[in-house]
Amino acid sequence: MSTVTLTINSQEVTVPKGSTVLDAAVGAGFFIPTFCHDPIYAGYGGCRICIVDIKGARNLPASCVTAAADGMIVETESAPVVEARKTIIELMLANHPVDCMTCEKCGDCRLQDYAFRYGVESAGFGGERKDYEFDTTNPYINRNMNKCILCGKCVRTCKGAEDRAVIDFTFRGFDTKVAPALDSSLAESACVSCSRCVSVCPVGALTDKPLGGKARAWEVVKEEVTCTWCDAGCLFDLVRKNGEVIGVAAKAPAGGRPLCLKGRLGLELRYNDKPLKPMLKKDDQYVEVSWTEALGLDEILEKLN
Amino acid sequence: MGTLKDHRSSIEEQHTKKMERSRIVVGLGTCGIAAGGNKVMAAIRGEVESRGLDVDVDFTSCIGMCYAEPVVEMSLPGAASVVYGGVYPENVAKLIEGHLVNKIPVTDMAEIQVVGAGVPYEGIPVMEKSTYYEKQIRSVTSRLGRTNPERIEDYIATGGYAGIEKALTMEPQEIINEVKISGLRGRGGGGFPTGTKWQFVSDAVGDKKYIVCNADEGDPGAFMDRSILEGDPHAIMEGMMIAGYAIGADEGIIYCRAEYPLAISRLNLAIEKAEAMGILGNNILGSEFNFKIRIKAGAGAFVCGEETALLNSIEGYRGTPRVRPPFPAHKGLWQKPTCLNNVESFANIPFIVRNGGAWYASMGTEKSKGSKVFCLTGNINNTGLAEVPMGITLREIVYDIAGGILEGRKFKAVQSGGPSGGCLPADQLDLPIDYDSLIGAGAMMGSGGLVVMDETTCMVDMARFFLNFTQLESCGKCTPCREGTKRMLEILERICEGLGGPNDIETLERLAKVIKSSALCALGQTAPNPVLTTLRYFRDEYEAHINDKRCPAGLCAELLTFTVNDRCVGCGVCIKACPVNAISGEKKAVHVIDPEACIKCGACVPKCKFDAIVKA
Repeated sequence: MSTVTLTINSQEVTVPKGSTVLDAAVGAGFFIPTFCHDPIYAGYGGCRICIVDIKGARNLPASCVTAAADGMIVETESAPVVEARKTIIELMLANHPVDCMTCEKCGDCRLQDYAFRYGVESAGFGGERKDYEFDTTNPYINRNMNKCILCGKCVRTCKGAEDRAVIDFTFRGFDTKVAPALDSSLAESACVSCSRCVSVCPVGALTDKPLGGKARAWEVVKEEVTCTWCDAGCLFDLVRKNGEVIGVAAKAPAGGRPLCLKGRLGLELRYNDKPLKPMLKKDDQYVEVSWTEALGLDEILEKLN
Repeated sequence: MGTLKDHRSSIEEQHTKKMERSRIVVGLGTCGIAAGGNKVMAAIRGEVESRGLDVDVDFTSCIGMCYAEPVVEMSLPGAASVVYGGVYPENVAKLIEGHLVNKIPVTDMAEIQVVGAGVPYEGIPVMEKSTYYEKQIRSVTSRLGRTNPERIEDYIATGGYAGIEKALTMEPQEIINEVKISGLRGRGGGGFPTGTKWQFVSDAVGDKKYIVCNADEGDPGAFMDRSILEGDPHAIMEGMMIAGYAIGADEGIIYCRAEYPLAISRLNLAIEKAEAMGILGNNILGSEFNFKIRIKAGAGAFVCGEETALLNSIEGYRGTPRVRPPFPAHKGLWQKPTCLNNVESFANIPFIVRNGGAWYASMGTEKSKGSKVFCLTGNINNTGLAEVPMGITLREIVYDIAGGILEGRKFKAVQSGGPSGGCLPADQLDLPIDYDSLIGAGAMMGSGGLVVMDETTCMVDMARFFLNFTQLESCGKCTPCREGTKRMLEILERICEGLGGPNDIETLERLAKVIKSSALCALGQTAPNPVLTTLRYFRDEYEAHINDKRCPAGLCAELLTFTVNDRCVGCGVCIKACPVNAISGEKKAVHVIDPEACIKCGACVPKCKFDAIVKA
């Protein structure tokens, strides 16, 4: 395989040709923050937090979409880079509720982590902020678009599932918003509550509703399990607090029609001693159903009885 | 079907015959129509019919003198044709009576005369020697206002499609070489060498390649592409065909903004007629070369003038920029190698192929060759379209071509390059205009809009205007542009309202620097330019707004106070003019304006005959 050799922070790094500067730097142990970068759906380059200094470049290129090239001289934390990153974080915070004290994502939030790392205390800018209604219509996913930083990971993840693409960017500029078709609520949309969007959200915009209020991020231990409801083999996290399972979170899809609600509910029932109340959508309304109905076991049970 | 050569001689013959008859030609570009050209046309037809005159009535596109619209040209056999300006239905009879019946031109309404082979009249400036045109050259705009853009015969009779005829006898690489020799650089604003771009697309490997024409002109104050689209649609198509032959593409798409309906209809007509004559389609002019062109109308987003957002839009996606590389030359439309050029760039190509690259390179400066079309707008006497050689100075454009500042006021600045460009102050007036000198001065060529401002323009307000535009047109994809331009705009609004704080200039500069260096596309990267250049050249105005709560240009309403001085004779006219009853006073006593009630509309100022109301 052909390789390229570049210099990152005065260190020579050799990576396979076609690698991005981000891959090269992270592979060599350097830190570069990312919001919108998703290795599965790479090439978006929208959040700009991963900008780096490349000698000879006209501006500060986003490392996630810049190919590493022979002889490139890269600095990941030069003064202009740090200034730009601080400003980008400040701009995000200026349009983001700073309610970390009660935010479900606190302790597991990239915006919070990077603000800490770069010492951005609060946004110096006043001005207009997003003011959307909190969408709690779906029994499994809470959508607080006021916290969304528009990284688009959820959009790309949802589009990546066959027959999905339930959410996309709507409106333009400062008014850009991720929403289902016609800016409807999630309950009214074609969403099947697979929660893959929740699993990729870097901030508190998308959270698991059943886990709401149950634990702080640092109190939980996650244990990876493979779902056995079908042969796809999707990964889920058992979320434990004090050793007890308090919920099941979507982690990573496998092939086929992955990360389905049925699989997650099945794991919930199997591992959680106090499982949530299963809800299914009937005639465009979510209603509570029995576990046998939720898991599609009614007919089988009838035969067994 | 016969070749173009067979057609050409008969078309030329007919054209010559047509030109030898008595003619009335009305300028019906969008500018002419907006000024009332259609009503003038109806009045002319009515007058010609009622008098039973043997006169051809035709129409043309914008000749460039937008300030004189509606424009009507009249000619008699063997004589020069006279271009009349400010023609309204009520003076149609006078013009026809004078020029065509009595054969005496109406000199007081005549703007210029186009002499050609005819005998010139006395007392009317000859086009080439007129104030407006003396410093211009007419190359890519040569057919504008001279031919009927809806008649392919007019195009062919004036040398049209001779470029593709010649190109088809050349090797594709020879054509690319000629374009390289010409030194033509992208006329959409970027200034990338066109020949080099063609070489990239030619060298790119792909089973299918595309030619895309960017006709999504959107800068406030820019209308050169629209004028060419409406005035010479075949030239753009011919340029695209030549590009297609040179780089190996058989399909072209013109991405035209939907706000240009006349351009789209004339392009559609041009495509239809060219196809009917075998100039467009399969086996063009009997060769092996196939090329088709279609039009894609935009959906109203300024950012779709950015090439990768434009490609997304054609493909049916949201109009947001893609990351580059890969560049469109390698992975463009539908991921195929794509040659994307601007309207004016393509329209120049037939001339370059016909006359040779060296001919084109003989015009202009060392690094910016040829001519450039500019749109002159703002506080000037002659607003319009002007084609000038590269290297001309701003002073020549503002004072010679545009006729100086309205009402003899003082020049303040010129905004070059629209919202992505910057403003240049009076001490830059002798700057020769080319790509590199403008960038050096903090502005840019852009697509060619020049907005001239005088002493009554507040530069902070001007920066606010352009930031408002870029902020509204930000696509929302990248953080620095989406969030950053919003905050810059809010700060500028604050300053204009007299609420600016001591750190505002510093914050503006920091945001500008970060947005410029980190935004995804050129729209974001250049959005801070109007702020940066006004800060560079007019920092004192920002400081006056922030520190002294004063707008030196007297424009920002929140910072103005209206007072009455002792020149007041107490006539009471201002009391009647005030819409909010803020002025009071006894007859023959000095009046008083209540600052609380005053809404700073300024209605009282021009009403006072004694200059007693002071705005400060």
